[in-house]
Amino acid sequence: MSEDYILSVKGISKSFGGLKALVDVGFDIHAGEVYGIIGPNGSGKTTLINCITGFIKPDAGGQVFFKGKEITGWPPHKIADMGITRTFQIMRPYHSLPAFKNLIIPLWSPRAKTTGGWRGGGKHGDRDTVAVDILEEIGFERDSRVPYKIASTLPTGYQKRLELARCMAMRPEIIFCDEVFSGLSMSEIAGMLPLLEKLKMEGITLIMVEHRLRELFRVADRVMALNFGEKIAEGLSHEVIEDKRVKEAYLGSEKV
Amino acid sequence: MEILVYGIINSIILSLIALGFTLVYSIARVPNFAHGALYITTGYTAWLCMNKLVGFPYPLAIVLSIGITAAIGALIYRFILIRIRGMEISEIIATYAIGLAILEGLRWGGLRGMTFTLPPFVPGSMDILGVNIDYQRLIIGGAGILIFLLLYLFTHFNRVGLALRGIAQDERAAMMLGIDSDMTAIASLAIGSGLAGFAAILLLPLGNIIVEAGYNVLIFAVAVCVIGGLGSWGGTILASFIIGFAQILTERFLSSHYTMVVALLAIVITLLVKPSGIFGKQKELEERV
Amino acid sequence: MEQTRKERIDRGLKVRTGGIYAISSGREIMYLVGPRLLLIVGILLVPLFLEFAPYWKRVVNIMCVYALLALSFDFLANYVGLVCLGGAFFVGVGGYLSAIFNVYLSIPMYLSIPLATVTGAALCTVLLLPCLPLRGVYFAIVTLMYPLLFTRVIEALDVLGGTNGITGLDGFPNQYVEQYAIIVVMLLSLFAMRRFVSQDIGLVIRGVKDNDQAVRASGINVTSIKALSVFIAALMGCFGGAYIAHLYMWAGISLFALDFSIIPIASVVIGGGGTLVGAVIGSFILVPLSESLRFFGTLRIVIYCAALTGFIVFKSEGLMVYLQRKYHQFERWVKV
Repeated sequence: MSEDYILSVKGISKSFGGLKALVDVGFDIHAGEVYGIIGPNGSGKTTLINCITGFIKPDAGGQVFFKGKEITGWPPHKIADMGITRTFQIMRPYHSLPAFKNLIIPLWSPRAKTTGGWRGGGKHGDRDTVAVDILEEIGFERDSRVPYKIASTLPTGYQKRLELARCMAMRPEIIFCDEVFSGLSMSEIAGMLPLLEKLKMEGITLIMVEHRLRELFRVADRVMALNFGEKIAEGLSHEVIEDKRVKEAYLGSEKV
Repeated sequence: MEILVYGIINSIILSLIALGFTLVYSIARVPNFAHGALYITTGYTAWLCMNKLVGFPYPLAIVLSIGITAAIGALIYRFILIRIRGMEISEIIATYAIGLAILEGLRWGGLRGMTFTLPPFVPGSMDILGVNIDYQRLIIGGAGILIFLLLYLFTHFNRVGLALRGIAQDERAAMMLGIDSDMTAIASLAIGSGLAGFAAILLLPLGNIIVEAGYNVLIFAVAVCVIGGLGSWGGTILASFIIGFAQILTERFLSSHYTMVVALLAIVITLLVKPSGIFGKQKELEERV
Repeated sequence: MEQTRKERIDRGLKVRTGGIYAISSGREIMYLVGPRLLLIVGILLVPLFLEFAPYWKRVVNIMCVYALLALSFDFLANYVGLVCLGGAFFVGVGGYLSAIFNVYLSIPMYLSIPLATVTGAALCTVLLLPCLPLRGVYFAIVTLMYPLLFTRVIEALDVLGGTNGITGLDGFPNQYVEQYAIIVVMLLSLFAMRRFVSQDIGLVIRGVKDNDQAVRASGINVTSIKALSVFIAALMGCFGGAYIAHLYMWAGISLFALDFSIIPIASVVIGGGGTLVGAVIGSFILVPLSESLRFFGTLRIVIYCAALTGFIVFKSEGLMVYLQRKYHQFERWVKV
């Protein structure tokens, strides 16, 4: 039914007790697209990611299709095994391991073993070397001590990159980026943008949840806006930002 | 009829045992594995007060022993748990070790054999609905219900009680509103231990004060809490009724040896079917996403 | 006033990956191998020294069993993040199974021990499976309950010999086999575990402890990783149980006794959690101590628990981490 899209989400709802976090949200994404999800705090962006990646079970009725195959309600590791992975808003690296050892885990995963993972690191044995290679690609200076530092001691910018690297290592088809720009300085964001471009070039579909609209609009092809769990607008970025309801959601209603 | 009456009493006994454990877990987020030890300590203290020291009157001994147990609970938090707050592994090991130390210490200190008993409050028995039941069990039933009511009123209408509930729901938000989280945790341990003591005073007259009872109490408390959902009060009471009746039924139709097996089976089934317990908040398991 | 601060400097030549050492001289080699050699040779020689004290030879055997249990606890608690309050559960299952194999099915001893180890570990894993997807507290609770429960079940149903236990297991042919069997297994497990946790699969296991959500997002089934870890830990525990059953030629409900649960925990905390060697060292200290305190009855348990709580609260790093630091670094006070 929806083979043209790499991911299509239909009618996802989720309520926690009385609170409706998501109401009938749906969208479709083409392969290789960069899709942005925006919305004020508490509008349900992260809940949406959690529902799609399997960390939370959506309420009955919602459906998620990956390449035409229904994956609704699958456990997270199976969804990740299909090639849908995610970063976390609150960075949680494997804090007791050195940065490059953090990548051993995705490189060891069943998916990386079958697909080879990034640069084939999951197949041929020397995962340590591949892990350092990936870190270099993502902006860790190879000859510094940075890749060998314990992950929890790294500065925020590096930890955000590490989150992305952990996703890359699996060679996924879709990456959900949960606020990768938040907490970064302007120069760090400037360093991050080419990285995202590069992932796009590699043919990876990116779905980005963001607060930093200006930076998001530089990379995103299409944008969806959420407010109080409902989809209020979707389209090209300038269309969405001009949308009346989006303005209201961010700035408040005009008629007070 | 007998099953109904004894089932209700047994359920109230179980919930009395479990209430302190739940309270501490829901407020201080500490699984208090010293619960059973505190239970026995109260019984032993009361016995000591009455028989070894000057021979206090029974009511005074009761008040004193519950007070001492509550103080022990508060001290455990103030001097030991406060230093390892938030480190789950250390909390579990520390409370378990304290509990074992108290129980085995008592055993070494002479708490052996069948000589230690507390007298029932009112000796004798009466017939209710054609079932013969002793007064002590009736008092347990009444006191149990009274305690539930008092706790409910306390946590809904008293300032300290409200603070406890606030911490239980969202520790950080409550701290921003000026509630001292350490003080409430100390208070919760004191109340939780006091509840363990109260249960001991009510229940121990039914049997002997023996160290093994401490282990059993801990197991039953934990079983009830897991089934009801860790930290959920309504779940605790419901679960104790389920287990309570299940036990009476097995005792009636099989043998009393199986009561412990029933508790375990209930736990395993609960974990398989609904891991977070009957009323457990799903958030518990999926937190930090 | 002059202010000073403590400075720590590494002694050895450590290359940045932390895994490869530059070996430059015999002294360097001794520095690295020395402590390991001391442990291995020391423990292998102990039985010869104790030739004239047969009672203490028994203690050494028991000590090694506790070391195995402590290893399994340390691995589960500090690498996987599961606190097992009932090491006795593993011991009991292993012991009873080897008794069943040996007495009821008359399988010879050298087969019944390995068989009991493997089937016992599998059985323990299956029984613990329901609580693995949950948070650590549940695992602690269930492991706390299982040994007590099995005791009750055996008493109530009067199966497997009831309160008398199963008697008539084969004993070991001679003292040396008896002694070196457990010592060798213990040493092998120690070094195998140390190797295992630094392998890639070991890293995955540590990842589960640090951040299970991220492991899930990497497409790895966390529950099966945990089940694998429990199986490995149970292997060591069940071997200990099977060994003890054959050592005493008897399997009874005392195999589920509290000692098997609490001494390993205390050993790990005192020896230093997360080092594996610390677990072994801890039980080498605690078990002989406990043996000499036998006179005091259950006061022993009080003493361990007090030591345990003290170490957790005041010196949570444990002896081994402290010693390692002293060995690998020297400290000095420098002016600020």
